[in-house]
Formats: sequence, structure tokens, C-alpha cells
Amino acid sequence: MTTRIDAWLDAAIADATRRGLPGLAPLLETMAKSTAALREADREAREAGESLPGQSRIAGPER
Amino acid sequence: MTAVPDLRTIAEIAPLVQTRKISPLDLVRACLTQIDARPDLNAFITRLDDAAMGEAREREREIESGHYRGALHGIPVAVKDLIDVAGTRTTSASAIPSPVAAADAPSVARLREWGAIIIGKTNLHEFAFGTTSEESAFGPVRNPHDPSRSAGGSSGGSAAALAAGMCFAALGTDTGGSIRIPSAACGTVGLKPTIGELDCDGIVPLSSSLDHLGPMTRSVRDAVLLFDVLGGHPLAPAGVSERATFAVPGPYFCDRIDPGAQAALERARDALRDAGHVVRDVEIAHAAWTPAVYLHIVLPEAAEYHAPLLERFADRYCPGVRLRLEMGRYLLAEDYARAMRLRRILTAEVDDALDECDALLLPALPIPAPPLGAATVEVAGATEPVRAVMLRLTQLFNVTGHPAVSLPAPHDVDRLPRGLQIVGRRHQTGRLLQVAELVERAVSADRSARC
Repeated sequence: MTTRIDAWLDAAIADATRRGLPGLAPLLETMAKSTAALREADREAREAGESLPGQSRIAGPER
Repeated sequence: MTAVPDLRTIAEIAPLVQTRKISPLDLVRACLTQIDARPDLNAFITRLDDAAMGEAREREREIESGHYRGALHGIPVAVKDLIDVAGTRTTSASAIPSPVAAADAPSVARLREWGAIIIGKTNLHEFAFGTTSEESAFGPVRNPHDPSRSAGGSSGGSAAALAAGMCFAALGTDTGGSIRIPSAACGTVGLKPTIGELDCDGIVPLSSSLDHLGPMTRSVRDAVLLFDVLGGHPLAPAGVSERATFAVPGPYFCDRIDPGAQAALERARDALRDAGHVVRDVEIAHAAWTPAVYLHIVLPEAAEYHAPLLERFADRYCPGVRLRLEMGRYLLAEDYARAMRLRRILTAEVDDALDECDALLLPALPIPAPPLGAATVEVAGATEPVRAVMLRLTQLFNVTGHPAVSLPAPHDVDRLPRGLQIVGRRHQTGRLLQVAELVERAVSADRSARC
């Protein structure tokens, strides 16, 4: 079962606060957004299967 | 009287040393004079004046006796203070207690073997974990072109020292752009080779799977000289003369860059076309994944190394660096594994983009060197965190391991340097440097024509 990002964030902020690191909370919130982006990318990659590599192509006219 | 820095390249100086027209002592004295002249730059943490003068005398005696070691003989080189130099503390720009290195890192030993003189150890962003070289227990590094601005980072002291004539080459490390970013900000050349190509032993790690060692110089030819010595390869012949094909990656890379970086890129495209090369466009389909993939690798890997140090010395870290390291301790193993899987896809996509060209061509840094103390910067109408902006164009090639070099890019927008980034195929760093010499020649010819 994948750990939910909101549950992870709540637990991380609570632990950081307990450890006297309140300054970590906004960084963890930013990190949660990055983790959401990572998981969305992972989902996209899994759905695309093996077809993803190879999508970079020279495009447009010579300049 | 203000001393005039000697900004000649190693390739220009070496024949003069070999033929005894310039002595290693002259070169060391010239560099020490420049270090004395610009204390405001804060480029060095440890100076090795006496040792350097002693080595210079020895190198001079060797030349007199007919023993010339090669192009680095008697050349003053600076070393980022993350890399071991025997008998000196490797501070990593931190207040955390640091050991005195018992031996040179293999890279430093190799430079010495070829006759280089280690002139000092340069300032950096603490533990190489930042892009501005501001968070240092030894104070911020300032940019020689505008001391109110950052020199870039994390190898900011190395780039500032080069730009100010305090050394003729330097060693840097690059985990997300830490060689190429300060090189772009200070108007010098910086090479990040293919991952794993140069020995990182004797270097304090930041991220075990993203760290690279590389040379920082004032020309691409000098980068070739150092790369050959560091890699144990024979000294390469001068650059090739041929028609090359470049591809400019557009979406993500060129969406949000400042007018100076845009002008420099366009001018380079024109100069390359005028020189007979081909410049086309390319799309790297999932480049936008890069920041998330990078963060989910660098943070846990950095936290792993620093965990025991954080237990003992947490309060001695610079606050921002400590918080980033602490953040890494909270990331989940499952997300690290996802990032490593996406890393393989990104690597294949960059390989694919290079299939039909010799190199990618893009800016190294989307902005000029930011003002010291700035937390955010405006780029193309949007306000973004300085760190994220500075990493945006370089970190992909740490994730994928492709070799990349930053070199100065002329432009007319303002007086601050910009950097062009040339990216080559994996395990073809020598070929990348040959292509980078073509670019350097083309943009230099363009600059001469406009003067």
C-alpha cells in the first residue's frame, strides 16, 4: 500500500515540531508538492509502459 | 597600484614555462598578489603560500635540469575545500569539526604528479549543498564581476578565483550544477564529465549517485588538459575542425530564461550557423520531471551521509543547509525508488535526443548571478526561488550522467556573464570537449567581429 502524501506530511511536520524544527514545516509542504509531482510522473510512466524512452526527437527546420 | 590579473590560459602559459620565459615562481607570485588584492571576494578558505612557493622552486629546478612534466608543470591550481589535500583541513566550508587530510585525494595527487602547484583551497556553499556559495562558515563568496552578487555555487570560490586571476585552473564538484553554475556566473569554463568517469575518492560526498568531479578553467582547451590528466588519458591533440550538429532543447529549458541568457543563446546559434555548423531544435519529452526526480534522490542520499554528523553537530550547520539535510531524513524509500526508476527513463530520453546530433546546446543558467541575500528572483515575469531557478538547466545531466560543459556566452544585454551549456553523449567526454572547442571558437570569432 502506498503511503498517502497528506498522511506523510502530517506525520513529518508533527515530528519536526516535536524536534524543535518548526522552520522545516514550509519546506516539507513544498516537498509534498514535489512528491505529488513525482508520483504523477511515475503513474504516467507506468501507464505508458515501455513506450516512453524514444520520444525525444529532432524537430523543426534547420536554423 | 592595483595589480593586473594574469588571465592567460594554461595553453598560452605552458610553452613559456617550458622554455623558461616565465618561471613557476612568477606564476605563484602573480596568483598570490591577486589573492591579496581581492580579499573581498572571499574565494579562499585555506591559503598554501609557503608550500606553493616551495613547490614552485622545485618545479623550477626540474625545468633547469631538463625534467619537464607537461602542460601543468609549474601551474598554480586551486582546490575546492571539499577535496582532500594532504596536511590541510577539509572544512567543506562548515563549522563542524573537520579532519586534517592524511593524504591527497587521487585527483590532487594526479595534478601534482603532472607538475601542478596547489595554491590553496577554495570557499564553497557548505557541504556543496547550495547554488550561491552564501551559506559558508567562512562567509559568502562574492562575484568578481559585481561583488554585490553571488559567485554561484557550490564551487563559487573556485570560479571566483579563476575569474580574478588567483589561479590558472581549479577543481570543483558538481551534484546538480555546482561546477557549471558558478562557471556561468563568473564567466569561466567548467566541465562535468560523464558520471563515474573521474575518481571521487578523497572528496566529501553530497549525493553518492549524483556527485561528479571536474576541472574549472579559463578555456575549453585548458579543461581538456586537466581532464586528460585527471582521467589518466594521454594529452589530446588540438580541437577538431569539422561541421557539427547541435540541438537546442526548447520546452522546459528555454521557457523561462532571462533576456541576457536568451540573447546569448541566440547569438551562439547564429555564430555556429555562420561557422558552417547545423543548429536544430529538439524536445526532451519528460524534462519537466527533472526537479522532482532530482530532489527525491539528492535529499535522501545527502541525509544518509550526514545522519551521524547531524546527531552530534546539528547546531553548527548553516541553518538553511541543516534544514535541507533534515528534510531528506523524512523522504520515503518508496519515493526514492520511484525517482530512480524515472531516472532511467530520463537517461534514455537524453540519449535519444543525442542520437541525431553531436551535442545539445542550451544556457547553463537561466539568470545572471543573483544578488547576495536574494531568496527569490524574477524570471520571465514569474517570481521563483533562487535555488530552483539556478538548478533548472543543469540538474538533469547529473540525473542522467551525461557530460556537460559550461563556457562563456557573449551578449549585449548587460555586463554580467552568461554561460552556454554543451551536453554530449555518455562516455564520450573527450568528444564533447572537441565540440565545445568548436563552440568556443565560433562565439569568439563572433565577438571579435563585433568589436
